[in-house]
Amino acid sequence: MDGDALIETRGLTVEFPIAGGRAVHAVSGVDLDIRQGETLALVGESGCGKSTLGRALIGLLRPTAGEVLFKGERISGLSEKELRPFKGKTQLIFQDPYASLDPRMTVRDIIAEPLETCRVCKTREETTGRVLELMDAVGVPREFLSRYPHQFSGGQRQRIGIARAVATRPELIVCDEPVSALDVSVRNQILNLLKDMQGQFGLTYLFISHDLSVVRFLSDRTAVMFLGKLCELGPTREVYENPLHPYTRFLLEAVPRPDPRSRSRERPLLTGDLPSPVDPPSGCRFRTRCPYARDICAEKEPEMRFDGGHGAACHFPK
Amino acid sequence: MENEILRIRDLHTSFFTRNGEVKAVNGVSLDVPPASVVGIVGESGCGKSMTARSIMGLVKYPGRVAGGSIELCSRELVGLSDREMCRLRGDEMSMIFQEPMTSLNPVVPVGKQVEEAVLLHRKVSRAEARSEALRMFERVGIPEPEKRLRAYPHELSGGLRQRVMIAMAMVCRPKLLIADEPTTALDVTVQAQILKLMRELRDETGMSIILISHDLGVIAELCDFVYVMYAGRIVEQAEVCELFDNPMHPYTRGLLRSVSALERGGERLDTIPGVVPNLLRLPAGCAFSLRCGECKDDCAARLPELVSVGGTHLVRCHLAGGGSDGR
Amino acid sequence: MKFKNREKEISDAHEARLESELGEVETFGGSLRRMCRENRLALVSAIIIGLFILAAVFAPLLTPYTYEEQDVLSRLAAPSWKHIFGTDEAGRDVFTRMLYGSRVSLMVGLVPTAVSMLFGAALGIIAGYVGGRTDSVIMRVADVMLAFPSMLLAMVIMYTLGEGIINIFIALALVNWASVARIVRAETLKLRETEYVESARVSGVRRGRVMLRHIFPNCIPDIIVLFTLNIPSAILSESSLSFLGIGIRPPQASWGLMVNVGRQYLYTQPWLSLIPGAAIMIIVLAFNFLGDGLRDVLDPHLKNQ
Repeated sequence: MDGDALIETRGLTVEFPIAGGRAVHAVSGVDLDIRQGETLALVGESGCGKSTLGRALIGLLRPTAGEVLFKGERISGLSEKELRPFKGKTQLIFQDPYASLDPRMTVRDIIAEPLETCRVCKTREETTGRVLELMDAVGVPREFLSRYPHQFSGGQRQRIGIARAVATRPELIVCDEPVSALDVSVRNQILNLLKDMQGQFGLTYLFISHDLSVVRFLSDRTAVMFLGKLCELGPTREVYENPLHPYTRFLLEAVPRPDPRSRSRERPLLTGDLPSPVDPPSGCRFRTRCPYARDICAEKEPEMRFDGGHGAACHFPK
Repeated sequence: MENEILRIRDLHTSFFTRNGEVKAVNGVSLDVPPASVVGIVGESGCGKSMTARSIMGLVKYPGRVAGGSIELCSRELVGLSDREMCRLRGDEMSMIFQEPMTSLNPVVPVGKQVEEAVLLHRKVSRAEARSEALRMFERVGIPEPEKRLRAYPHELSGGLRQRVMIAMAMVCRPKLLIADEPTTALDVTVQAQILKLMRELRDETGMSIILISHDLGVIAELCDFVYVMYAGRIVEQAEVCELFDNPMHPYTRGLLRSVSALERGGERLDTIPGVVPNLLRLPAGCAFSLRCGECKDDCAARLPELVSVGGTHLVRCHLAGGGSDGR
Repeated sequence: MKFKNREKEISDAHEARLESELGEVETFGGSLRRMCRENRLALVSAIIIGLFILAAVFAPLLTPYTYEEQDVLSRLAAPSWKHIFGTDEAGRDVFTRMLYGSRVSLMVGLVPTAVSMLFGAALGIIAGYVGGRTDSVIMRVADVMLAFPSMLLAMVIMYTLGEGIINIFIALALVNWASVARIVRAETLKLRETEYVESARVSGVRRGRVMLRHIFPNCIPDIIVLFTLNIPSAILSESSLSFLGIGIRPPQASWGLMVNVGRQYLYTQPWLSLIPGAAIMIIVLAFNFLGDGLRDVLDPHLKNQ
């Protein structure tokens, strides 16, 4: 997929100051681009900074350093007022269907909120009409227009969240673990829906997940993060079949497979615990957990080296 | 059959609400042999957690165990007083939960919490209890165990907290460990470590584990025998390889297809249409009939029985039972 | 755009209208009904408050006298058929003065409390949501107000403003807003981190609208409970102020005033103080129990979500 870059980051860094003059290095110097019309998956475990990165991309968080470009225009570091024209162009789908809808608002009002804020329609009736169309598109029955979130199941709430996200025909949607809180049977329905929406409305997705199996279906390219740094980036199929970075390999191996006969296989497992994002290891941040680490890994931070579209930040890839 | 660790027969646990009786566990029977891992798999609302809580006697008002029998090493648990249950909990049987943060007291160091678990059930001195706790910390793979004994729960990562939970649950060498979604809240690399740990502990101590999960991958990793639950009933049960090779119930098949669809990819993923039903409004017959692609006319009217389709493989489905369909 | 099995999904959606797990959220009306069913004390308290309000509203219909009408020949009379609660030192009918006094006490209970609720909630939400210097300033001012003993503060305000019922309202409203602001601010801090507020920010909803549409409605249960629990303290404050001679002046009637004046006759005509005193006690207890009952039905089920 060789579309133009819809959104780009250059050296994006987000740090949260804490007591004692120290900071949580949530995202450190990430260079990433998301191309028009694609789905870029961002995978990593808790604390790797993927959610922070997603939010920094759409202006919810201010970067400490680096920049974010939307179609070539700089949007990082702008004030709230300056960011306003971009607000209708990016949206966010949340993980927790039980916390992402205001319990005191009706379905109509929830989905209409972005429409009304961006003044998409002229009259109230027009807005309601749009809301009903969206409800049809995501599979929530029209009769439930005036109901409240608590009257729906988790999967249906997630559908409402998706309707809200696509309401203003945004160009980029950041999906932050949109199916992690759902049952398996509902999960696939929602993934199908996301794919349908992408085809119907020409959307671009940043799909954030810790679950590698979920990501594979939707994504064109996959980026792997660890402790605030990008480890690997490339077309999804290549990353899965031919992972360059040791961490990616461990992630893929660690996913439990629904095949009881494969459980006795010898699998390399990561030892130890996650290092602290307040005090990340010098050089390559993965080195304390990496069985292949050598001296240079502690001294020098590896840079992303690309071969074709597929790259990894490792001194000894593969 | 007689030396089973746990034997549940026709368990009924219901919530008596203003809107009616919610049959969370609706006639469940299962066996846990010694030194085996039994899995209960199902989605939210299927009753698997409630089954676990019924075994441990942790069902709170307005719910209660409404019928059936639970025998732990031939000792009947239903009807025991709270005090008698307290004596058993932590000692003969223990439980670990999904979210260790809420099971650990945030203001007490973790080492002390494990000590308390020892002191509750064994007449030993505090020093002995402490060394037991230390030994357990080492065994579950907590690095720098002496230092960690003094740590507070919030100072530990999710994986370490879960190890502490396992240590606390195992310190009195229970015969039965119930693990309710023990790795769902953990990162995938940590999850793999914890599952490996549980397998090793089982091999060492010969205890039995009931593993409850919605994740078929986790079930496949660890279990010897699997029960599939839906809307409060068991719909299929088999040895683990048999279940994955030869699922008979449309729900099990749907689940496996959903999971494998992710790997296969393609244009669309296979799904099970609809949602888990409201337990207050179940059909008189098969609860899955509303969503079943192979549903026939009388499936919703007549409740199918659990029948064998070969050996220990049982299915609750009109289409699979009777021996005419199936293999 | 349709997708497969849509009809099935619709029927399943109908079925799944109620959640299959417990913890279904009830409506506000449902909560109230549940309280009436389960909490007898709160129900009785609500009825008593209702009766007091009715008595206050229909006072002229319930008594042939006015509160200033003096029957000089029967001063300090004991309770009798002519004067149900007797008469006071100026010959005024005590029952009548109780009824008219209840207007004052209830108004003082409700109006300044309502004002301080709204004012305090607004400031609390702004402080909590906007944060930064605005938050510091508002909270500092609130801390200062809370540091003063409330009675002292009310007295100072009354002395500055002079007497009269409106000034009592102002004084009591000013004294009470700070604690409301504190509590609402804490709630706002929690609500600010919710995902639906984040979603509103992503959509570009302006701050003021977020506070009005998302934060405030979700604070309402807390505010209602605070309201019923603050009413008694307002009533007591007015009683104390009038007791001290700074509040209501005769010939107007208020319960606090009546207790004060009746003090002189405590051994000879005890009903002059005891009756208004008992009324104060009853209404304060009633509001307290009602507030507790409301809190019980509104709070835990919110946590269940």
